[in-house]
Amino acid sequence: MAEAQIKTFNINFGPQHPAAHGVLRLILEMSGEIVERADPHIGLLHRGTEKLIEYKTYAQATPYFDRLDYVCPMNQEHAFVRAVEKLLGIEAPPRAQYIRVLFDEIGRILNHLLNITAFAGDVGALTPMLWGFEEREKLMEFYERVCGARLHANYYRVGGVAADLPAGLVEDILTWIDAFPGWLGDIEKLLNNNRIFKQRTVDIGVVTAEQALDWAFTGPNLRASGIAWDLRKAQPYAVYDEMDFDIPIGKNGDCYDRYMVRILEMYESLKIMRQAIEKMPKGPVRTEDRKVAAPSRGEMKRSMEALIHHFKLFTEGFHVPAGETYSVVETPKGEFGVYLVSDGTNKAYRCKIRAPAFAHLQATDFMSKGHMLADAVANIGSIDIVFGEIDR
Amino acid sequence: MTQALQDLGDYLSSALAQDVLSWEVAKGELMITVRTPAITKVMAFLRDDSNCQFKQLMDICGVDYPGREQRFDVVYNLLSLKHNQRIRVKVNTDEETAVPSVVSLYSSAGWFEREVWDMFGVIFDGNPDLRRILTDYGFQGHPLRKDFPLTGYVEVRYDDDQKRVVYEPVKLTQDFRSFDFLSPWEGMLPGDEKAGKA
Repeated sequence: MAEAQIKTFNINFGPQHPAAHGVLRLILEMSGEIVERADPHIGLLHRGTEKLIEYKTYAQATPYFDRLDYVCPMNQEHAFVRAVEKLLGIEAPPRAQYIRVLFDEIGRILNHLLNITAFAGDVGALTPMLWGFEEREKLMEFYERVCGARLHANYYRVGGVAADLPAGLVEDILTWIDAFPGWLGDIEKLLNNNRIFKQRTVDIGVVTAEQALDWAFTGPNLRASGIAWDLRKAQPYAVYDEMDFDIPIGKNGDCYDRYMVRILEMYESLKIMRQAIEKMPKGPVRTEDRKVAAPSRGEMKRSMEALIHHFKLFTEGFHVPAGETYSVVETPKGEFGVYLVSDGTNKAYRCKIRAPAFAHLQATDFMSKGHMLADAVANIGSIDIVFGEIDR
Repeated sequence: MTQALQDLGDYLSSALAQDVLSWEVAKGELMITVRTPAITKVMAFLRDDSNCQFKQLMDICGVDYPGREQRFDVVYNLLSLKHNQRIRVKVNTDEETAVPSVVSLYSSAGWFEREVWDMFGVIFDGNPDLRRILTDYGFQGHPLRKDFPLTGYVEVRYDDDQKRVVYEPVKLTQDFRSFDFLSPWEGMLPGDEKAGKA
């Protein structure tokens, strides 16, 4: 009998597919059920953020960062305001730093909640998704109470945060912190030893430590491969050096480890949130430098100078001394960097956004090679991608 | 921290004397400028030398300075987990001159170089897959160049007669406004650099 000719064929996965986590178009070259090559086509959500920022004042540019990774908006604002503060040579007052840490960790839990539940959904467990959104809603209410918006916060400002915490918010967050581990325990009970979940994730998409470095993995994906690297510990920013927390790491670098690292990180985030609340000092939440932060409304009614400052800040904005910096923060997905070049005017000359998921998605090809089609879906779910920041 | 970066800068400028054009430590960040053809050699050194160990290529990005003869900067951001240090490597190029690709050293460079090609039109010699990445299929031009207008050249809409999306030249109902915030007050101060020009 003549040998059968096997031809690879192409599958077009997405751009409208629930497991594509947004608008990913994936061209899969299949040999039967086995993926030979995965070619992600991205850019369907490209909005030209970097170009737009070049035409906006620094204050107007901050809200664009909410729209990158819309799952944890404030963490990205943090990267940008830190870059601008570095060029200006100013620091946010201590209370603002603690508030930022608090909301960074809320953002981290927001992100991990969406990721692990959506990931569980991808591999067949739909319940966590329904539960997770309820908790996310509670967290987004905290967002809403400080800045008025559930998602697009624009809360971090250059030189501090927009406003102080409203009365009663801290108590409500503490109540939530007490209740959350119980909820998280339920999710763990559903998934950790779930036979179907483990069959779909253990030993799937293994990334060795060597490969993780080579492909510029950061964040939980890097830690799942066994490298204890967290910018909050290694290069502490804000007041992370005063916080006591651990870095969970994985061992095998497979989908299950990536899931587990995220679960454990949420417990650490709770620890940090509690400490941030306990240690938070009283005081101003925005720098007193009137060339950067606008005066209060009351002051403007009485002082001519305050009025001038207000007018200048809201028409022209502030000027940033010429220079360049690459500032990073540890967002839930990994290292989020802002490479900011200033030419001394009121607009950024160039603002390059280094999105962690961009590098992670690039690795889909080698992670999926030789796996089944369904495992490619598990891989995509486990590396935690959001197209807002990949396409920018 | 800054001292360690100073030392590293000194070390690099002596070890790679022919290739490092200049280096500086500013705001606690080390930046070196190297000769464009030598980028792969420098990156290999940075990755493998025991004093450097920059195992992660975090980012490649372009910056456009249309006034210069070599109008593009290509900036590489590297991270060393071993020494907990970052370094920024810069090369200059223009529209025609290709920059040697570093894909063979860092796999992550593949998409980063594609992005710089897409956004700036910088050619990378040796990248096996230098396609556009973020812009539309069939897109013309390189949007992050300073001479590319913010509004672009084409817009799309769904045409009900043809039953498909059609591309048309951008029509602005109002001219694009760009305000010059630099002029009025600063020129009035004595000693200001603009006062001489006016």
